[in-house]
Amino acid sequence: MTDVRRRLAVSTAAFGGLACAAVLAAPLLGTTSISLRRVFDGSIPFADNVDAQIFFIARLPRALAGALVGATLAAAGVVFQALLRNPLATPFTLGVSAGSALGAMLAITFRLHLSLWGVSAVTAASFIGSIGAVAIVYALARARHRGFSTNILLLAGVTLNAFFSALILFVQYLADSAEALRTVRWLMGDLDVAGYGPLVAALPLCAAAFVAFAWLPRPLNLLSLDTDAAASRGVDVLRVQRVAFFSASMATGAAVSLGGPIGFIGIIVPHLVRLMVGSDHRVVLPASAMFGAAFLVAADVVARTAMAPVELPVGIITAIVGGPFFLWLLVRQR
Amino acid sequence: MLRADSVTYVHGGRAARPAMLPGGGQPAPPGVQDVTMRVERGHVVGILGPNGSGKTTLLRLLAGMLRPESGTVTLDGTNVASVSRAALARSIAVVPQETHLAFDYSVLEIALMGRYPHLGTFELEGPRDVAVAREALAATGTLALERRSFATLSGGEKQRVVIASALAQQAEILLLDEPTASLDLGYQFDIAALLARLNRERQITVVVATHDLNFAAGLCSSLVMLSEGRVVAAGRTEDTLTSLSIQALYGVVADVYPHHAAGHLTVVPLRRVRRD
Repeated sequence: MTDVRRRLAVSTAAFGGLACAAVLAAPLLGTTSISLRRVFDGSIPFADNVDAQIFFIARLPRALAGALVGATLAAAGVVFQALLRNPLATPFTLGVSAGSALGAMLAITFRLHLSLWGVSAVTAASFIGSIGAVAIVYALARARHRGFSTNILLLAGVTLNAFFSALILFVQYLADSAEALRTVRWLMGDLDVAGYGPLVAALPLCAAAFVAFAWLPRPLNLLSLDTDAAASRGVDVLRVQRVAFFSASMATGAAVSLGGPIGFIGIIVPHLVRLMVGSDHRVVLPASAMFGAAFLVAADVVARTAMAPVELPVGIITAIVGGPFFLWLLVRQR
Repeated sequence: MLRADSVTYVHGGRAARPAMLPGGGQPAPPGVQDVTMRVERGHVVGILGPNGSGKTTLLRLLAGMLRPESGTVTLDGTNVASVSRAALARSIAVVPQETHLAFDYSVLEIALMGRYPHLGTFELEGPRDVAVAREALAATGTLALERRSFATLSGGEKQRVVIASALAQQAEILLLDEPTASLDLGYQFDIAALLARLNRERQITVVVATHDLNFAAGLCSSLVMLSEGRVVAAGRTEDTLTSLSIQALYGVVADVYPHHAAGHLTVVPLRRVRRD
């Protein structure tokens, strides 16, 4: 068995097991304690089984949403990092999450509750926002340099974040207060989904993004050499860049429409995974998706229970952990 | 045989202008105009020329990474523009001037990346691919480093690992862009010896763009001299590497004579003159 096969098998078993455990354990934890045995006790009818109702109706959708958002943001982070050849690039630091949030905000505030081919207006607007932000970052980074410089990317990201945040505040200011209160919580990054509906709404775009991601790891490995080196080894660089750019934007848009702009998942998770499994994207990408799922579900348990009965938005937890982590990486990179 | 016929790539009409434009803007990649050259199978060909003369552009055209605006590049009679990237990569491998990794890989992983054009979309490297990659590392004297991280290697080691990665493509033609530019004398010598050995023992065709005239004199059987995107001289090394051509190319008066211990022509630059 070759090295990559072994690492793929080991990491899938480990991170996949971790993700499954997190999704199963998270609904059991909370202000009201429930027992797993009662949840799956078939002798009690569902209408009378309070434990099962809490598990399946109140908490499982939230855990699944956490898993989906965590997996999607972590995988999108890996793709952005490889595409821009920069380990500090993530949906959040590039301003892509903010662009996506602006799109979603506009759709929520102006009550666009349409849906087309199973994709809701909020999800679509969120996707359009994210692709717009990536296009701006991409153009900026390309305009002055042949490669992508860290300075330009980070500055562009900071500026875009500030710019989109201002626009978001402007939209909020225009909106009525009841609507504004709902969006404030969402903007902090919150997985408090009501039932399975929002999950199903975000699923088609996430699934489409992951289908594209499956094709990417090998060319992404070559791209981290150099675009010329990749081309000379048989990679169709332009096509790979387009697919990566489009699918990662799509993934970010879908994740943000579901959970709001939750930060730092796309940088913490891929970095920890690389420390454990190396840089080969064929291992890093799936492992990051699974570890991202487990990580966000766990962070959300902390958010729900740390200050119980008050439930914090999970974005606060990831930012408290992620901010210092990002600064540490920035210092270490030099 | 790899040949270019009247190939022109001016990239927005900036070909004939000097590479460094006033005003601090980014210099456009120098173009090439009406370049015709041929690389016979099993030969070692050097591309010489001052900065901005279009050496790298010509290499990229030969590798099929740029499409000529007019003219054709053909490999054994087939236009390289009509061949898929992966198919082309099985015939032509390229070693860029410098390699900066975005993420850290092991030396063996870098060598295995050369197997890309031989694998299907979802295919993982098998034992045969690992064997080819390790054999390529052995050929460049870097097999002992296979577990090391690429980032920790010296410049000469990196260059040899990148050449190994190109060898793992099992292409019969190797194009190198200033392979010795950032290396000290010892490593320059190693690279020259390595390329000569690959050509001799594996009949690999080598095309090398370089600034180092003595490196080219020792390695290349024929030379193509570029100035401002045009071929000003081409032919066997002994015929083209002359005081006259060096002065025309670089504006430097140089003595060129056969060095008996080295066994090839040697260039000794003497003084700078204004170029015509």
